[in-house]
Amino acid sequence: MKLSSGTVRLIIPAASLVLLLAAVFYMQPRAMSYTGLNLLFNLAVPIALATIAQMLIMSVNDLDLSMGTFVSFCACVTATFLQTSPVLGILILLGAIAAYAVIGVVIHIRDLPSIVVTLGMSFVWGGLAVLILPSPGGNAPVWARWVMTAKPPLVPVAIVASILIAAVTHYIVMRSSFGVLMRGVGGNDRSVERAGWSVIGIRAATYALAGFFAILAGIALVGLTTSADANIALRYTLLSIAGVILGGGQFVGGKVSPIGAVIGALTLTLAGSFLSFMRISPDWQIGAQGAILIVVLALRLALNRLEKREKSQ
Amino acid sequence: MTLHRFLMAKPWIWSFAATIIVWIVTVLFTGGASSFGLSQAALTFAAFSVVVGIGQMFVITLGPGNIDLSVPATMTLSGTLALKLMDVQDGMIVVGLLASIGIGLVIGLGNYVLIKALRIPPIIATLSMSFIVQSVAIWSNRGLRIKPPETLASFATSGLFGIPNVALVALILSALAWVLLEKSIYGRWISAIGQSTFAARMAGIPVDGTRLVTYMLCAVLASVCGYLLASFSGGAALNMGSEYLLMSIAVVVIGGTAVAGGNSNIPGIWGASLFMFLVVSMLNTYGFGAGFRLILTGLIIIAVILLAGGRQSLR
Repeated sequence: MKLSSGTVRLIIPAASLVLLLAAVFYMQPRAMSYTGLNLLFNLAVPIALATIAQMLIMSVNDLDLSMGTFVSFCACVTATFLQTSPVLGILILLGAIAAYAVIGVVIHIRDLPSIVVTLGMSFVWGGLAVLILPSPGGNAPVWARWVMTAKPPLVPVAIVASILIAAVTHYIVMRSSFGVLMRGVGGNDRSVERAGWSVIGIRAATYALAGFFAILAGIALVGLTTSADANIALRYTLLSIAGVILGGGQFVGGKVSPIGAVIGALTLTLAGSFLSFMRISPDWQIGAQGAILIVVLALRLALNRLEKREKSQ
Repeated sequence: MTLHRFLMAKPWIWSFAATIIVWIVTVLFTGGASSFGLSQAALTFAAFSVVVGIGQMFVITLGPGNIDLSVPATMTLSGTLALKLMDVQDGMIVVGLLASIGIGLVIGLGNYVLIKALRIPPIIATLSMSFIVQSVAIWSNRGLRIKPPETLASFATSGLFGIPNVALVALILSALAWVLLEKSIYGRWISAIGQSTFAARMAGIPVDGTRLVTYMLCAVLASVCGYLLASFSGGAALNMGSEYLLMSIAVVVIGGTAVAGGNSNIPGIWGASLFMFLVVSMLNTYGFGAGFRLILTGLIIIAVILLAGGRQSLR
C-alpha cells in the first residue's frame, strides 16, 4: 500500500494525539464519557480556529505575531458591541477583516518582514482591546453561548466543532483552486505571478480569511468563558504557531495541513489536561508542556527517518 | 547622490533620526525642563534592550527562521538564581555574575542541541526551552524577593559623569560585539551563513559550530541582562523578562538588521532602543491613556518600518 507524503505527515500528529488521549483515559477512566471528552476538548475549539488562522498566514511564508492580541480584541468586541448592538459589532469585525487584508497588501507591496508589521499590529490590537474593555467584563451573545454549550447526541460539541473546522478548512486549503494558489504563493510566488495571477490579490484574500478565522476564535472563546478581557488570549500567538508545527506544517514553502493544524491544537490542549491529571506540581506544568512538545517533535523526526529509510530500500 | 548612497549604506541613520525627533518633541512639550532626566532614563532603559538586542541580532543574522524566544525566560532565571546565590553578600558579586553567564551557556547549548539533534525549527525549539527554563525559575523563585548586594545595586543605579553605569556596560558590550561582527572571522562567518547556509558549508565554514556559538552568545547576553536588570530594580521578579521578547526583536528590525539574515548592524540597535523608550515616554508626557499609548506605539513601529524598510529585500 502506498501512502502520499501528505498522509504520512498526518499520521504522526494523529498518533501522538491518540497516545496522549490513551494516557489520559488510563489515568482517569471517567474522562472516557460524553461530559469528560467535552471538558477535555472544550477550550480546544478557539485554539483550533486561531491555529487555522495562523496556518493560513504561514502558507504564504509569513508569520502573525499579533494573533493573540487580535483574538483578545475580537473577544472584547464580541462580549460588548456584538452583544449589545449586533450591527455595529459586525461592522467592527468586518473592519478588522479589511485591516488584515490591508496588512497583507502592505507587507507584499513594500516587501516588509511580516514579523515586524504584525508585531506593531499586536500593540494596536492590544490598545484597542484595552479601550473597549479596560477591566474584565462584558457578556457573551446568547447565540455564541448556545453554540458552544450545545449538546448534540452521541458526540460532544467540541469534537463536532473540531471535525467541522478541519473538514471546511481542508476543503478550502487543499481542494479549492484558491487554496492551491495560496499554497503556490508560499511555494514560489514568482511562478504564480508569471502564470497570470495577482499575487497581491491572493495575499489580501489569505490575510482576510485568516482574520475571519481569528474572529471566529474570539467568538468561540467568549461563548465558552461568557465574558472577556483585554489579555484573554495572549498566549494564542505561541500556541497557534506551535499547533501548526505540531500538525506537520512548515514555516516556508506553503507546506501546511489544516487537519494537522486542528490535531496539533487538540494535542496542545490535551497536554494541559494530561499534566493536571498527572498531579504535577503547578511549578513544573509549563515546563512539562515544553517537554511534551519536544517529545512529540522528536517522535516525528524518528518516523520521518524511518520513512526515508524505507524509500531508499 | 552621494548623500543618497550614504543613507543607503547606513540604514541605522533612520533610527537615530527618529530618536532625535521624538526626543525634541518630548522636551519641547515639557519646556526643556526634563531634558537631562529624560536622556538619563532613556539611556538606562535602552541599555537593557541593547544588551538583549545584540544577542538577538546575532541569532537573526544567521538567516531565515533563526530567532531566540527563550530570551525572557533566560533573563528571569539568571536574575533569580544569581540573586539567590549572592544572598546580599558583596563578596559574591563576581560569583553571581559567573553563575549567570554559566546559566546562559547551558541554555544556549540546550537550545542548539534541540535545533540540531531534533531538527526542530529554532522558533519552536527555543519556545519549548523557554517553557522549561521558566518552570525552573518559578520553582527556584519560591519565597521572598531577595535583594541584590548593596554595592551591586548602587553600581546598577548610579552613573559616571552623568552617564548611567548600565549604559556604559551596554556600550562596552556593543563595542565588543562590533569588533566581533566587523573585524573577526566569526562575524564574517555568521554573515556568510545568513546569506547562504549552503554556500557557507561549501566554502568550508564550520556552520554548526558557528551557529552553536551564536545561540550560546545570545543566551549569555540575555542572562547578563537579567543579572543587571535584577540588580537595577532591586530584586528578580518572574515577569521581569516578559516585555523583552518583543522588544529584542523590534529593536533589531527597526535598527536596520535584515530579517532575512546575513546583514546586521550594531549602531541601529542603540538608535532603535532609545527610540522605543522615548516613544513610550513621549506618549506618557502627553497624557495618553494605556489604550491609546499602545495603539500609537504600534502605529509608530509600523510607520518606521514603512519608511526605513523595504528599500532592500528584507524578507
